[in-house]
Amino acid sequence: MGKNLLYFEDVREGDEAPPLVVASITRTQIVKYAGASGDFNPIHHDELYAIRAGNDRVFAMGMMTAGFLSHMVTDWVGDGNLRKYKVRFATRIWPGDTVTCKGKITKKYTRDSKNYIKADVFAENQNSEKAIMGTIVAELPSKAAD
Amino acid sequence: MPIQDLIGKEIPPFEMPIERGKIKEFAEAISDDNPLYRDPTYAKESLFGGVLAPPTFTATKAFWRTGGTNAEIAGLDNRFLLHGEEEYEYFQPIIAGDVLTCKGKITEAYEKAGKRGGTMTFVVFEFTLYNQRGEKVLISRSTAIQTGGVVKD
Repeated sequence: MGKNLLYFEDVREGDEAPPLVVASITRTQIVKYAGASGDFNPIHHDELYAIRAGNDRVFAMGMMTAGFLSHMVTDWVGDGNLRKYKVRFATRIWPGDTVTCKGKITKKYTRDSKNYIKADVFAENQNSEKAIMGTIVAELPSKAAD
Repeated sequence: MPIQDLIGKEIPPFEMPIERGKIKEFAEAISDDNPLYRDPTYAKESLFGGVLAPPTFTATKAFWRTGGTNAEIAGLDNRFLLHGEEEYEYFQPIIAGDVLTCKGKITEAYEKAGKRGGTMTFVVFEFTLYNQRGEKVLISRSTAIQTGGVVKD
């Protein structure tokens, strides 16, 4: 882990998160996430079902990628600092895809004596297509808060 | 049945105990090696006082709710179902040992013509979760979309 604490005074609009890569998604990882999260929609793990439903193979549930993206976010803004996380699912992630999670601060502001950042976050596949687009709001600690 | 009739439909309230084994399993599934999710000794000594649930962990309420999945409650077809959006608001950390009470309802339901023809059905499920101290810990809003036919990106 070993992440640095992000302080409100140190961030600027336009700052980017250290990207996080999850390489070569496997069907096994999809199954692990299905078991962990309780999403047993067969379209994600049952190849015949997925094919009969018109797909060429199973595809990952959007929430697994949202989980990867949340890992990037908490490594960046710190544990317990997230206040809002909203994602829209765009392109699906398929077995073999590599997911890269990124973020960029769009706003820095203070409200009711608390310091916040708003950031755009997204997860891309290996073709730079966006699988997920979203925003976060995080409350950041202040260096002056002692 | 017009889709709008679903608006206001409640999901039976349920309890959700937060368990450190499940948190560890979930962290593994999202490839997050944060020791706050996996190491109870480390987590106990942190400001959280215990193993912390990751931000999307409340997806596991699937195991505790009754009355069917979102799709089943709304009469949506898994074969042609897309997850459109998911939104979270966080108020308090969720820690292993907590027992959450979850209340859910359908807040929006509508149809739209699809870009590629056919009808798309949108249903939004909102859940509010409280901990054992009565504090609101989280609100989640999940938008499910049923496409007119084969799912396309």
